[in-house]
Amino acid sequence: MRVCDDLDFGIAREWLAENPGRKACGYLPVYAPKEVILASGLLPVGIHGGGDRLEIIRGDAFYQSYICHLPRSVIELAQTGRLDFLSALLFPSTCDVIRNLSGMWKVMYPDVVVRYLDLPQVTGTETGGLFWEGEMRGLLRDLGAVSGRPAGEDDIRQAIRLCNSLRSMVRELYRVRRERPWAVPTEELYSLLRAAEVVPVETFLDKARAYLAAAEEQPGARKDKSRVIVAGAFCEQPPLGLIKTIERAGCYIVDDDFLLGNRFLMSDVPTDGDPVRQLTNALLHDTVRSPVLFEASQDGKRRLMKERVEAARADGIIFAAASFCDPALLDRPMLRAGAEADAIPCIAFQFSENTGQFQQFREQAGTFADSIKLWGDNE
Amino acid sequence: MTAPLKDRSMELQKQMIAAHYKRLEEAPNTGEPVVYTFVPGNLTELIRSFDALPLLPEINALQSGMRGKSGDYISVAEKAGHSEDVCTYVKCDIGMLKSGNISPIGTRLPKPDLLLLSYTGCYTFMKWFELLREEYHCPTVFLHIPYQGEGRIAPEHREYVVRQIRDDLIPALERITGRRYDEDRLKESLKLSASSEDDLVAVLESAKHRPSPIDAYFGAVYYVGPIFSAFRGTPEGSEYYGSLREEVEQRVALKLGPVTPEGPLDDQRYRLVVEGPPNWTSFRQFWKMFTDEQAVVVASTYTKVGGVYDDGFRHDAADPLGTMADYCGGCYTNLNLPGRIDMLVNYIRDYEADGFVINSVKSCNSFSAGQLLMLREVEKRTGLPGAFIESDLVDPRYFSAANIKNRLESYLQMLESRRSRARS
Amino acid sequence: MRCVVGVDLGSTTTKAVILDEQRNVLGRGITNSRSNYDLAVDVARTEAFVAARFELLRRRVAGVAGVAVLERLFRAFRLEQMLYEFKRLHALMEEECGRSVPPERRRETIEAVTEIFRRIEAEESAAFAQPEAPRRSDFFRDFAGSSFTRIAEEIAGPGFDRLQGLFDKCIILVENEPLALGFRDHIGAALARIGRPPEVASAVNEAVNEEIPEIATVGTGYGRARLPFPKEQIRSEILCHGLGAHAMFPDTRTVLDIGGQDTKAIQVDAGGIVTSFQMNDRCAAGCGRYLGYIADEMNLGLHELGPLAERGTRPTRINSTCTVFAGAELRDRLSLGEKREDILAGLHRAIMLRAMSLLARSGGVFDEFTFTGGVARNPAAVRALRALVSDSYGERVLNISPDSIYTGALGAALFAGKVAER
Repeated sequence: MRVCDDLDFGIAREWLAENPGRKACGYLPVYAPKEVILASGLLPVGIHGGGDRLEIIRGDAFYQSYICHLPRSVIELAQTGRLDFLSALLFPSTCDVIRNLSGMWKVMYPDVVVRYLDLPQVTGTETGGLFWEGEMRGLLRDLGAVSGRPAGEDDIRQAIRLCNSLRSMVRELYRVRRERPWAVPTEELYSLLRAAEVVPVETFLDKARAYLAAAEEQPGARKDKSRVIVAGAFCEQPPLGLIKTIERAGCYIVDDDFLLGNRFLMSDVPTDGDPVRQLTNALLHDTVRSPVLFEASQDGKRRLMKERVEAARADGIIFAAASFCDPALLDRPMLRAGAEADAIPCIAFQFSENTGQFQQFREQAGTFADSIKLWGDNE
Repeated sequence: MTAPLKDRSMELQKQMIAAHYKRLEEAPNTGEPVVYTFVPGNLTELIRSFDALPLLPEINALQSGMRGKSGDYISVAEKAGHSEDVCTYVKCDIGMLKSGNISPIGTRLPKPDLLLLSYTGCYTFMKWFELLREEYHCPTVFLHIPYQGEGRIAPEHREYVVRQIRDDLIPALERITGRRYDEDRLKESLKLSASSEDDLVAVLESAKHRPSPIDAYFGAVYYVGPIFSAFRGTPEGSEYYGSLREEVEQRVALKLGPVTPEGPLDDQRYRLVVEGPPNWTSFRQFWKMFTDEQAVVVASTYTKVGGVYDDGFRHDAADPLGTMADYCGGCYTNLNLPGRIDMLVNYIRDYEADGFVINSVKSCNSFSAGQLLMLREVEKRTGLPGAFIESDLVDPRYFSAANIKNRLESYLQMLESRRSRARS
Repeated sequence: MRCVVGVDLGSTTTKAVILDEQRNVLGRGITNSRSNYDLAVDVARTEAFVAARFELLRRRVAGVAGVAVLERLFRAFRLEQMLYEFKRLHALMEEECGRSVPPERRRETIEAVTEIFRRIEAEESAAFAQPEAPRRSDFFRDFAGSSFTRIAEEIAGPGFDRLQGLFDKCIILVENEPLALGFRDHIGAALARIGRPPEVASAVNEAVNEEIPEIATVGTGYGRARLPFPKEQIRSEILCHGLGAHAMFPDTRTVLDIGGQDTKAIQVDAGGIVTSFQMNDRCAAGCGRYLGYIADEMNLGLHELGPLAERGTRPTRINSTCTVFAGAELRDRLSLGEKREDILAGLHRAIMLRAMSLLARSGGVFDEFTFTGGVARNPAAVRALRALVSDSYGERVLNISPDSIYTGALGAALFAGKVAER
């Protein structure tokens, strides 16, 4: 079984079993500071739902039909004992559903250390920085208590270095895919990065280097496909089948929002000076623009898709939001209006992590890819 | 049906609201600056101390819902690309804007001079003002209120909010209104707030009497109207709450129940606690389903979204910025789930309720996500079964009267049969 | 014999149950709810009273006359009732011919209609002579429709569509007429048809004349608000289901009812009093109606789904039970080459998963566990439920009564009994 399909988190469990003192700390989408988890000596584990491989037997009892799918499968994972290896779990301020899930966890799993991570929404000033710095120091204290080994400054610097390598590898993978999407199908890239969420960073780096080398050796052949950005799936993840469907319907995905937390900080975090302060500055000044943080710039939403299309040399945008996803769906009219004002072709659809039928997506993506080509030919 | 008795406070409220809308309509001529902001965490005293007028989009949306206008507005927004899945307050507001920006009572609404995004317990607020900013291109101040993830307002979180008010918000208000921050004026206003808050708490706690002289949900949404919107800390607000308290105390003395749209409800068979916002499009019909069964609501959480006062918090003129930070952080929408469960359990105990009802609204994930666990926990801790019904804030498509009535009747009949079993 | 009556006005069927002074079931009646609720209630009650008088007859003479003759009398009664309904349908169709059939076609149409009803009558009389008649629907609309269509196809040729149109129009008329279908209306003819055997004849007379005063009636069901009863004679179907299930299986603690429009999970105490309940949320996925869509989509009868699903060996994982997408999902999966029975097995499991959520919300599944409603007659649904319950809660005694469709009406009748005692 592939790591990204393993609902029992086998590799994380193996890592824990190697040494009885080891512990793991999970986090939900979108952004949690992995450095803090690593520096505290814990294994960071991304909890991104159960996808289409998990039958929901207990999770639906906790949610009304108009709430997205992710929290149902997260509860299902927990209720079936699959998350019992987590000593702590972090719930970032992605939306109110994940926020409230933090409280549910406190009620249902009182033995797990649960922390809600309120990202600073005021990024332009020192105020937000002081807040976030305080939040991270609090988290370092709490996670230090979990591991019994509170992080020192050097531990944090070491973790920053490791995460810099991770981020740099993610950037490299995205760059290669952008330049030669035929050599790095998103189906493969996604599986690799999904695995990165649940294995030790070093393990991922080895796999990723090997993957890049293999992609160099077997570059594949360029096909006549349209280059698209898939936007909006930053929290609840689409089933792999949906990604495959888009690619097989005549599209190269050249940029996306999948697993966005792994590149939330856009460049290397400096390792000199106060490391917590450095992490804070990175979050304030160097984050990817996404619906989970307030857009401070007046026309930021209008410009965003144009900038992304230019950076990725994309032909069009597929807005793929999870059903009932407030952040993605409330953002979409603004992003789409901006894209359309710049005459960028767009389509939009909704999915859920356990969508089992792809026919309608195949048709939509196929028609979209064809129309982009026709449109390009007419120019 | 008996015609509803018009209490003096009700008349006062009507006049206050009409006057405020009128004043908003005139604002472009009078030059009074207009600040759009949200109910939870609204800083009305501060805004008004700069002689600016607050305008609350949720209030417009719910009023549009009550006046049968929201359905059309929502479809205007959906045609403009908004998803069926998201908050209908937002869509109602956007639709109203796109339909000429006429207020629910028919006056013209002014453009904002400032969007004051008090980000208190609702993620959608952020998107809402990002969306409005696209239409108005006006300055926006983000006031980030940290969520009570750990069930309390941490001192550093309070400090964070104070800093934002001092360093970001007050300078922005000074810029926009052209006036200096006047702390003495603010303090005067905060004193009025505290006295209205005393009156409101007395009114809400009157429901501990039998019969309850108020309905603490359907009736109380009117009672909290002024204090949740533009009138906290104003002389009109104080007058309203003084008069309301007097009326309620009179009813207590006479052992009378509330006056509902269907007439007085003196003979009360069920005392209920309600969690969640009401449905506004069928508000009267929804209320009637309770009164038909002689059910009175004795406490509700929704009436705490614009501030929780029955735990002792009052605005404190001695520490203006700190008290505003405490106020914002303490709103019901900013409490974590265990805190919300505690509140329900305490209400059921303190108000000697027979049962509790959760009205789960599709629009609002801040309220609704987790309510099924709340149901389970409150049942476990009180030994009382709860009722779970579903509707929406202002989407008329999402109110199934027969379905809701069936559930509510079934629930109350169950309470009755449990009661007769306990007696026998 | 003083009796109490419970009426359950459901969205698809209306049921009535009559209890005697010892609160034993005296008679049951059922009909489709149609558009006229008041009439549906009348029909169900009439049926129940017919059954009650037959039950009284049986109690009186079964020992002397034997069961066989009573059974024969009952079948004769049914035949008379039915012939009367056919006669009325026939008359209505002839009238309708006069109104809506073009003059040049009128004569042949009337002749065809007359011929069809002649054959139906002959068939029904012949079937009566056969002791082992095949089982068919309880509803006149259903069996009249199938006989009429079959014979019309045989004789009509090109005029078939016109005949079918006439039938469709008139069956609604006949259903919405207050017809005389009571015991006294047809028992005489029925007795004559079986040759007035002396061992029952006088008892029939007594049964005809016996007073069965109805001392209390309680209504329930989705349409209960439409019943012309005072408020204290109306009970929610939740309470009635709880009490009815308790009466059928006294050790019941958890009840699951899956009907056409909604699903209910109910917990009851040792006395059948409901202690908590949950109903499906606004989303109707997972109700009986969903299976109806699937059956339509597959061109199968509703009763054929379960047995077909039981043949599935590798149930397909169905992630969405959204009724809106049911048809598309099904076609998609069939086009991918998945087996019909495996898809159906998966669909049944998916529906039961929704029920499991409601059960969890209501507090869980306790021993004993009683399953009621139309879906309880579906073997694949029962199998899926049994497996899921034992996985999540351990082994539970699962009760399913063949009369489970009357659970709500039975509970209502028991409440009527309580009203009567006051």
